[in-house]
Amino acid sequence: MSHNHDHQHDNELDPFAARVRALETILTQKGLIDPAAIDVIVDTYETKIGPRNGAKVVAKAWADPDFAAVLKRDATAAIGSLGYTGRQGEHMQAVFNTADTHNLVVCTLCSCYPWSVLGLPPVWYKAPPYRSRAVIDPRGVLEEFGLTLPRTTKIRVWDSTAELRYLVVPMRPDGTDGWSEERLADLVTRDAMIGTGLAREPA
Amino acid sequence: MNRREANSKTAALPLGVDEPVFAEPWQAEAFAMTVALHDKGLFSWSEWAEALSAEVKKPGAASDGHDYYEHWLTALEKVLSAKGVAGRGDVDALAAAWERAAHATPHGKPILLENDPSPTEGRGGPTG
Repeated sequence: MSHNHDHQHDNELDPFAARVRALETILTQKGLIDPAAIDVIVDTYETKIGPRNGAKVVAKAWADPDFAAVLKRDATAAIGSLGYTGRQGEHMQAVFNTADTHNLVVCTLCSCYPWSVLGLPPVWYKAPPYRSRAVIDPRGVLEEFGLTLPRTTKIRVWDSTAELRYLVVPMRPDGTDGWSEERLADLVTRDAMIGTGLAREPA
Repeated sequence: MNRREANSKTAALPLGVDEPVFAEPWQAEAFAMTVALHDKGLFSWSEWAEALSAEVKKPGAASDGHDYYEHWLTALEKVLSAKGVAGRGDVDALAAAWERAAHATPHGKPILLENDPSPTEGRGGPTG
């Protein structure tokens, strides 16, 4: 085939993209989905829901003991009171790190994750090595994340399900007394809320 | 870079890959369709988690997780087939039509199913 005239590139759809289009066509014809609504969902999860939500929850818990108490007792309600509600009807549980115990969240089953507060999970959270190793060797996994905990610190691993998802509340860093919730939220990383990291130290 | 795919119990974690949550648009669409169908009440989220889990735990899943949404799509197709919403044959035929349509669409123009040059090829109307 010569390509020396009229460079007319064809479009290609890879097989996965073509199958998704096929499903969309069928589901739209049947009135089960509305293409415009699909775009809204994509935009929401790409740009509007993310770890900033969770960081605000954690910062409020650090700054407001009453809120922390509610968060501990009924995380679904506490998080919902800030306007973050799960679409899948899941319940939330907040697990608080202490000097003795570090919490780590995984979903060994698939990739259940607290979307409403953290957005969609990072690639490694969904990948087989994390899903299997977080349970077998949490200390080793944390070391790969650059987090070496004292041997005396217990690590509790929480296995998420479709019905129950976990949010780790990291320990509040020293030197942040009197900080506003907004300023505190900047110290709370996504990894700290999964348990593969700690909150940032104040600069 | 050679990532081991064999044994997830020893394979390295795919760290440092903080890429966008969706690598390609179809992944976002497959995700959003699932969320929309759940909202519509077609399945419960537990049902979905079970279907997805069955796919991602099959041997051969990539340890770097790049094939995650491929499993997601397979799970969605199986659920839709089991619910009698979209059978495998219908999806195969319609996907082939979309691929032909794409091929027949000049670059830069939107791909429309109407661009399929052989619209009757193996494609009945969706059943049900």
